[in-house]
Amino acid sequence: MAEILIPKITPPATAATAAKSAAPLIEIENISLFYGASKALKNISLKLDEKVVTAFIGPSGCGKSTLLRCLNRMNDLIDNVRIEGAIKIGGHDIYSPDVDVIELRKRVGMVFQKSNPFPKSIYENVAYGLRLHGVKNRGELDAAVEKSLRQSALWDEVKDRLHSSALGLSGGQQQRLCIARAIAIRPEIILMDEPASALDPIATTRVEELILELKKDFTIVIVTHNMQQAARISDQTAFFYIGELIEFDATGKIFTNPAKKQTEDYVTGRFG
Amino acid sequence: MGIHRGHKARPVEWLAEKFIFFVSLSAILMVLLIFLFVAREALPVFFGQTNTALVQKPIPPEDLDKHSPAELEAYLEITPDQFAKMSKANLRDLMDVKVEEQDDIPDNFRDDPDARINTTQWKYLIQPHQWTDYDKPEYIWQPVGQIQKYNIIPLIVGTLKVTLVGLFFAVPLAVGAAIYVSQLARPRVREILKPAIELLSGIPSVVVGFFALLVMATVLQSIFHYQTRLNAFVAGLALGFAVIPVIFSIAEDALTSVPRAYTQAALALGASRWQTAWQIVLPAALPGVFAAAVLGFGRAIGETMIVLMVCSASVMSWSIFDSARSITTTIAAEMAEAVSGGPHYRILFMLGALLFAATFVSNMVGDFVIHRFKQKLEGKR
Repeated sequence: MAEILIPKITPPATAATAAKSAAPLIEIENISLFYGASKALKNISLKLDEKVVTAFIGPSGCGKSTLLRCLNRMNDLIDNVRIEGAIKIGGHDIYSPDVDVIELRKRVGMVFQKSNPFPKSIYENVAYGLRLHGVKNRGELDAAVEKSLRQSALWDEVKDRLHSSALGLSGGQQQRLCIARAIAIRPEIILMDEPASALDPIATTRVEELILELKKDFTIVIVTHNMQQAARISDQTAFFYIGELIEFDATGKIFTNPAKKQTEDYVTGRFG
Repeated sequence: MGIHRGHKARPVEWLAEKFIFFVSLSAILMVLLIFLFVAREALPVFFGQTNTALVQKPIPPEDLDKHSPAELEAYLEITPDQFAKMSKANLRDLMDVKVEEQDDIPDNFRDDPDARINTTQWKYLIQPHQWTDYDKPEYIWQPVGQIQKYNIIPLIVGTLKVTLVGLFFAVPLAVGAAIYVSQLARPRVREILKPAIELLSGIPSVVVGFFALLVMATVLQSIFHYQTRLNAFVAGLALGFAVIPVIFSIAEDALTSVPRAYTQAALALGASRWQTAWQIVLPAALPGVFAAAVLGFGRAIGETMIVLMVCSASVMSWSIFDSARSITTTIAAEMAEAVSGGPHYRILFMLGALLFAATFVSNMVGDFVIHRFKQKLEGKR
């Protein structure tokens, strides 16, 4: 079973193991998160480097999405949530009181599980983030929209109907539009919460190809239930189980030679 | 008929289905019947069968047989039904009364050209007319007196004035409150605010009118320093209070039903909660918010008591600081004193039919616009 799961192993993350790991982009330091009294994340520490794809895997309810949402403070919106520890992005703690959440979310973009384009035109969807951050010049907007749509491999399909509603696109196209919308504001990091789980296999392949392409420019953290997907597209993989980080290593190692028994059982499909 | 979609209904289900079907049918039937009733009473106005001219050429009772039934019906102001039931003797008596009436007309009206006008003709209903002793043609609603003036324009203007003031006041407030409650307020604040605003609709309009009459009118006059204490402005604001809960309730539902995914996406892009509410949620909920406004319009144009209490002089003026008399107010105040079957009565029913048609058309147009909005949002255009 394990052999089938690893069709194509990307070489162990060079950036992650390189000497410059002295200053990783994202440092998660001893993070614990409580929903009321229950502890959803337990003392998690992780360091993620620039321009690397990291996959968060684990059974449902293991806290991987919760941790992902800590990275752009989307958990702030939920009542009764308390977070301990620190998350540093570029050396600054994003939970310190002087941090502007809007500025943070501009640097850390997000793509959701279910595609959620706004009920506006395709153009306006991509341009919305730019407008939010003060871009008014029409030419500048046009150029940024085209660049983002090209980068998300959607341009050729939609260039003739930029001003028709985004809700007329297919599910896969909508999800790529959401990626285009997220990258339009040029974030440093893109968080993806099971971005392909609602898509058919062909659309999934396109999104995966897109992620590999985007890796050149962005740091990507992706939550996935699909082990093959994690193996295909990520450089490093973190395995979570009931709020704890069990193992974090290069993807190749996690899928072929994991250090922990629990990880092995999960990636080989024995539980979860 | 019945459920024949792949399964056989059990008797109880069949009965229940039929019952529900007839209940819904009866609703449509009621609306239709009411309209027919109102329109039927107003028909003589539409066909020009009413005559209010004070001075008419009397027909001597002896000439009864020289005139057609239609002529006599118009002359005696009776319906064909009544005409058929009367004996010749009765008709002659009625004609005697008519002749006596003509003899009793005060002399000063005999030479007045106004006294020879049938004021229920459309020309006099909607066009200004220069009455005797007036300097210029004017729109006048004055249904009592020797010469009855039935110009409906002051009433239409009054209705629009009051309704529009009410909507201009209520729509922004209600939609703003809906945005706040559904998007920005903390859960605890929402739990208090939402029922509180909806509770406003439980206040009887008489009480709102009373409050407006005694308190609001005085306070507003001391702020704005206008001449007429009781005017369309005060009535409109009071009307707004009655309409706010209607608009709020529907707009809030529409805003709340916008998928959370849109909000999340906007926030993740770095939008503030306010920007999200204003730029993403409100446009997405626009069909529902518009529907709320249309319903509010219907409620406002049909509201009677508040306007009746606050102001009711039928002056022809577009100024919101003058008095106004709305159509519903007119009907409510005058129906009791109008002679059943007389011209005044007919015209009041004509106003009712007009109001019915206006509400119907506004709802149709609203529906159409909402449909277009929705299609545009869903990308089906």
